[in-house]
Amino acid sequence: MGRITLDKVKKAFGEVEVIPPLDLTIEDGEFVVFVGPSGCGKSTLLRLIAGLEDVSGGQIRIDGQDATHAPPSKRGLAMVFQSYALYPHMSVRKNIAFPMKMAGVPQEEQNRKIDAAAKALNLTDYLERRPGQLSGGQRQRVAIGRAIVREPAAFLFDEPLSNLDAALRVGMRLEISELHERLKTTMIYVTHDQVEAMTMADKIVVLRAGVIEQVGSPLELYRTPRNLFVAGFIGSPKMNLIQGQEAKKYSAGTIGIRPEHCLLSTDSGTWEGTVVVSEHLGSDTFLYVDLKDHGTVTVRGNGEVSLHHGDRVFITPDMEKLHRFDDKGLRMP
Amino acid sequence: MARVVTPAQKSINTAAAWVVALIIFFPILWTFLTSFKPEEVAVASPPVFVGFDWTMQNYHDVIAQRGYGSYFWNSVVISVGSTVLGMIIAIPAAWAMAFVHGKRTKDLLMWMLSTKMMPAAGVLVPIYLMGKSLGLIDTRFMLMIVLMLMNLPIIVWMLYTYFREIPGDILEAARMDGANLMSEILYVLTPMAIPGIASTLLLNVILAWNESFWTLNLTTFQAAPLTKFIAGFSSPQGLFYGKLSAASVMAIVPIMVIGWFSQKQLVRGLTFGAVK
Amino acid sequence: MATQASRSAARLMISPTVILLFLWMAIPLGTTIYYSLQRYQLLYPDRSGFVGLRNYTRFVLSPGFGGAVANTLILVLGVLIVTVVLGILIALLIDRPIWGQGPVRILVISPFFIMPPVSALIWKNMFFNPSNGLFAEAAKYVGMAPYDFLGQAPLASIIFIVSWEWLPFATLILLTALQSLDGEQLEAAEMDGAPPLSRFWYIMLPHMSRAITVVVLIQTIFLLGVFGEILVTTNGGPGTASTTLPFLIYKEALLDFDAGTAAAGGVVAVILANIVAIFLMKAIGKNLD
Repeated sequence: MGRITLDKVKKAFGEVEVIPPLDLTIEDGEFVVFVGPSGCGKSTLLRLIAGLEDVSGGQIRIDGQDATHAPPSKRGLAMVFQSYALYPHMSVRKNIAFPMKMAGVPQEEQNRKIDAAAKALNLTDYLERRPGQLSGGQRQRVAIGRAIVREPAAFLFDEPLSNLDAALRVGMRLEISELHERLKTTMIYVTHDQVEAMTMADKIVVLRAGVIEQVGSPLELYRTPRNLFVAGFIGSPKMNLIQGQEAKKYSAGTIGIRPEHCLLSTDSGTWEGTVVVSEHLGSDTFLYVDLKDHGTVTVRGNGEVSLHHGDRVFITPDMEKLHRFDDKGLRMP
Repeated sequence: MARVVTPAQKSINTAAAWVVALIIFFPILWTFLTSFKPEEVAVASPPVFVGFDWTMQNYHDVIAQRGYGSYFWNSVVISVGSTVLGMIIAIPAAWAMAFVHGKRTKDLLMWMLSTKMMPAAGVLVPIYLMGKSLGLIDTRFMLMIVLMLMNLPIIVWMLYTYFREIPGDILEAARMDGANLMSEILYVLTPMAIPGIASTLLLNVILAWNESFWTLNLTTFQAAPLTKFIAGFSSPQGLFYGKLSAASVMAIVPIMVIGWFSQKQLVRGLTFGAVK
Repeated sequence: MATQASRSAARLMISPTVILLFLWMAIPLGTTIYYSLQRYQLLYPDRSGFVGLRNYTRFVLSPGFGGAVANTLILVLGVLIVTVVLGILIALLIDRPIWGQGPVRILVISPFFIMPPVSALIWKNMFFNPSNGLFAEAAKYVGMAPYDFLGQAPLASIIFIVSWEWLPFATLILLTALQSLDGEQLEAAEMDGAPPLSRFWYIMLPHMSRAITVVVLIQTIFLLGVFGEILVTTNGGPGTASTTLPFLIYKEALLDFDAGTAAAGGVVAVILANIVAIFLMKAIGKNLD
């Protein structure tokens, strides 16, 4: 079981309140991603749940039990660190065994669990090596192995993929998702990468300056961002935001349209502009179009679009998918 | 990519470096050679380099007549004792400062360093008189305490810089894995810190071995270490170059060998981690 | 960042060190200040009493004082200049590709491990001795009159000996700093048209500045207390030509048995050392982390 409830949890470092009182419930078995720009408090929040930082107020409950002041080791949580935090002087086997050794698990059971974890994570051939002799991806898997054998109530991941190169990152993303499918254990995952958030999460928590901006499934956040910050943060490339005269036509302070919800044409459309840069990715083409009065917008076209710098284009936004925000930046119905 | 150097350039560089190195090392080499010379060869003019009858007589004389053994033993006890004592006190402090880094940690470290700024001569009188009234003058115990206190800031600093290199993540991981403070220190911190602890130990043994203000002023005979032994050669026995050399070699060789082995870590230790 | 529990544990673990160092500093210093205001002759312990600042005036006005301060500063500065300049040059030399860098390093570092009385005696007897020291032999060989180094230029000779002891330290640290310099920076400078001397001046020297600061700080700490070398070579002489502040205090205390005056001297030495220390701590405080 792993239902985690944060009730008015807050954190201050001296005078500075990095997390104002915050409520959040994480259901058992959920894959929750905390996402936000660096310095938004997402790692601090994770460390509060882990017990590596004291809360300054409020309550943390794990499966209904008050764990606010419990030491990290008593919370039944396992953590995978950004740096992996493997013990460099121990072999892979000993690294994975360490939490069980601390818990006094009998040797036989230890071995059984290590072998199972190693098999699941493709580490069987590396059990006697030291972390220093492993590649980044392998180290990552050892860190996960060390977490798995504890059979924790929940896994905590602190930006686990940020030290891997791009290709490995995609692979590990899949592995972690698969792991979640298999174990059905609660996972809390911190990242600044919205792609990781979108692809892995059951539920995304968008944070800014210690405040939860929105909580929801990836598609909810994509379809109905609650405010301008979420609108700009979720989705790649970013949503185009247009203010001023054009927004007033829709009686909004700001209107937003995603690059993929724009229709391109060379002869007619709602907005007229000139192509500044075109990026051909093969599958898609991204055009950066200067709209004179409304600034530059990004538009996605299909891979075969052959438009170049200086070409004149017309853009028609899909009215169904147009987002409207009021003067305070909040979503309008 | 390092640039390829022509063998000619490299030869010139090598020759220059070796000449400089040998000039710097020469006094030690000369002392070593002289220690095996009969006294009349040692003072021969012009000087003889290697073409003489090598003899162990000087070593024999120094050990037999001047009681080298007891000085040597005092040096060992004082330098090792003061260092071990210092380590026992410093390890927890350095651990705490490295992993529970507070706002005042840096100030505290600077203050500790500043205690080293107090010139020994400035407090010679009270220390001497205190030792005298407690009957501790010329005891190994007193020197151990004094040298321990003198080197404590360095020990703390060195350990601190080594401990700082152990990522805090790893200790937190251990905590998450269910380790309590004891097992965290025992299974995770100590094994990772052993190289640092070892080089701190070695460097401070070297410093204590060579310390020559307190060792000269607080001892007469009973607790006198090798510094005092050598100072006894200042005159007129110093004119017996063979014996002086043999005594010198016996005073410096043990520590020089330790120094050679630990020279890689020396820089970091001696610069309080500021230069790596 | 840490939890409350670990913070109080930390305080508990730091306190023995702090308390010991505080006592080690406060008690002797307090006693020194107290003695410095008393008449205190070790040979006549009955003649005692408060004398105000008379010990200070006696110490400061004693004929040797001005010279001792000057000698101390000359010694420290002289050794610093010699070791830093030569240290940089030797470091540059060893840093280049050479055969046997390991053994060269070992030869160069060796003098650092020699205890001061040994190095002082070796130099005094086997090199500086005007009748049969090696320098005298060399002078004779080229037909010059031998020079009495310790008699004629005692302070310079001591600076020479102490520099020999500390040169390895400076060299090793500067070499380490030099080796951490990114080679691409130098190649970039070369591409930018900087000749070797400019590369040294604008790239290498600034890169070494932190190491130089550290060398200066640490050597100063140790050099202010140089004692053994003076004791076994010149004994502060001839006259007071090589008497430094620590040596003057030692003479008052253990040769003249005047603990009061020696204590006053100690306070003066502490004050002087702290003036130097303030500058140095500021420099290194800026340079650390």
